[in-house]
Amino acid sequence: MDEIDRSLLSLLEEDCMTPLHELAVMLGCSEQEVEKRKHQLERDGIIRRYSAVINWEQVDKGAVYAIIELKVAPERDYGYDRIAARISRFTNVRNLRLRTGTHDLQLLVKGKSMQEIARFVSEQIAPMERIRETATHIIMKTYKENGVLYVEREDGQRLPFSF
Amino acid sequence: MLSVKTDNACHSRSEQRKRDFISERAKVIPPSGIRRFFDLAGQMEDVISLGVGEPDYSTPWHICDAAITSIEQGHTAYTSNTGMESLRNELARFLRDRYQLEYNPKSEMIITTGVSEGLDIVIRAVTNPGDEVLIIDPSYVSYAPCVIMAGGIPVPVPCTEKSRFRLTPDILMEHITPQSKVLILNFPNNPTGGVMRSEDLEAIADIAIDHDLLILSDEVYAELTYEGHHTATASIEGLWDRTITLSGFSKAFAMTGWRLGYICAPPDITAATLKIHQYVMLSAPTMSQYAALEALKNGEEAMREMVREYHLRRNLFVDGLNRIGLPCHTPEGAFYAFPSVKGTGLTDYEFAERLITEAGVAVVPGSVFGKSGTGHVRCSYAVSRQELTEAIRRMDEFIRALP
Repeated sequence: MDEIDRSLLSLLEEDCMTPLHELAVMLGCSEQEVEKRKHQLERDGIIRRYSAVINWEQVDKGAVYAIIELKVAPERDYGYDRIAARISRFTNVRNLRLRTGTHDLQLLVKGKSMQEIARFVSEQIAPMERIRETATHIIMKTYKENGVLYVEREDGQRLPFSF
Repeated sequence: MLSVKTDNACHSRSEQRKRDFISERAKVIPPSGIRRFFDLAGQMEDVISLGVGEPDYSTPWHICDAAITSIEQGHTAYTSNTGMESLRNELARFLRDRYQLEYNPKSEMIITTGVSEGLDIVIRAVTNPGDEVLIIDPSYVSYAPCVIMAGGIPVPVPCTEKSRFRLTPDILMEHITPQSKVLILNFPNNPTGGVMRSEDLEAIADIAIDHDLLILSDEVYAELTYEGHHTATASIEGLWDRTITLSGFSKAFAMTGWRLGYICAPPDITAATLKIHQYVMLSAPTMSQYAALEALKNGEEAMREMVREYHLRRNLFVDGLNRIGLPCHTPEGAFYAFPSVKGTGLTDYEFAERLITEAGVAVVPGSVFGKSGTGHVRCSYAVSRQELTEAIRRMDEFIRALP
């Protein structure tokens, strides 16, 4: 992992559709080398996927996102890993993190409606062994996601010419 | 900004005036040669402007927040003439860590209202009528007018493509006379992107010493250096006590609108300059000083990010220019590319004027920056990569359509 790899990663993170030629010119190396580095980063699991950032709120007007916090009793030898692995299998769980603070695991869950989320929490998550407590927070509006602003921001005006 | 409104009351009064009130000095200052481009760009839609001399970033938020907080806390009064002590101390640390520059924050520093003010007052502090001031050419448009206003005589010293836009000892020698007193340097350079490495500066140091010249080094683009590290003129052996370092926060921290710069100089020059500063400016804007303090303390990460991005854009844009047949040396600093347009058969003015009207891309004719800029255009790559790519496409189309 050198400076070029790092730059390549940030370029791809920002826009993975950037043409190979442009990547090569910007990084100051050949197209073949960019390809090679890209493949290596994919093989190493550093690049997990190439995807688009989509504002689903604009598409699915009814969709509901919720943050669910869980207090979990950790297991001897495994800590939180096994229960986390189990929860992460649900496809409606978009993010899952172990964190510090009042709760242990934090999930981001997508549902078609509030009822669906309520059902998921009460029927799938809460009854699991070792789950001590749940707290569900419905997301009302997204302002920024993965570094991308969702609300139009007014850009500062620049003069067309200055010295 | 683009047009000046004259109201009628004003107009009728002027007809009764018999005397010409405009000073001779104001008359001899050359007008901004680029008015019509301002107007052209204003009229057109969908123009990609590469004519801009400032970052396309907004000031990093933590810097803005520091200024807002300072206002909320009621820090809205004048500061000391030289600027806030905390800011000068932090600046001293920054200059030492980054450029191996040693300046005493108590007696060798003034915080100014932009480099623009610093330039004006420092030139006035060191220029006598008739003194010749050597100015690298091409260069930023304010140097010569400031010298003229101080009664000095600007003497352009060409820094051309042949020397990769650096100042060479032989060219400098050719322009020195017994009246030469000050040499104005600006590297990384606006408009060429040229830099002087330490060996280049060492090569002219002896001349400066032999001819007892004072060097005024405007290093406002210092942080935007892409190959290696910027060398400060005053850090060259034997130059500290004959160098004035001018810089500011505008370019590195994307803070053009805050109007904040600084002068660092030997104590006698600082003291003389401070007298002028306290009469014409009193002190630099207080909220901007709080912002600058935050920039120096915690802004390096954001600055590095921006510099990295400019570097990528430079590679992309300069490659594009060379590919479409506008030969361009690789600028090692600032955010300007300075390609030659001689191959198109057009003058730099014609090229710029036709490019904006026929292709919707705004660039600045090189001769605006001095005679040695003739045949080149200045393109700022402080615009998004998408716009740069589109600008190259449009320029390519434009050049192909030329006979």
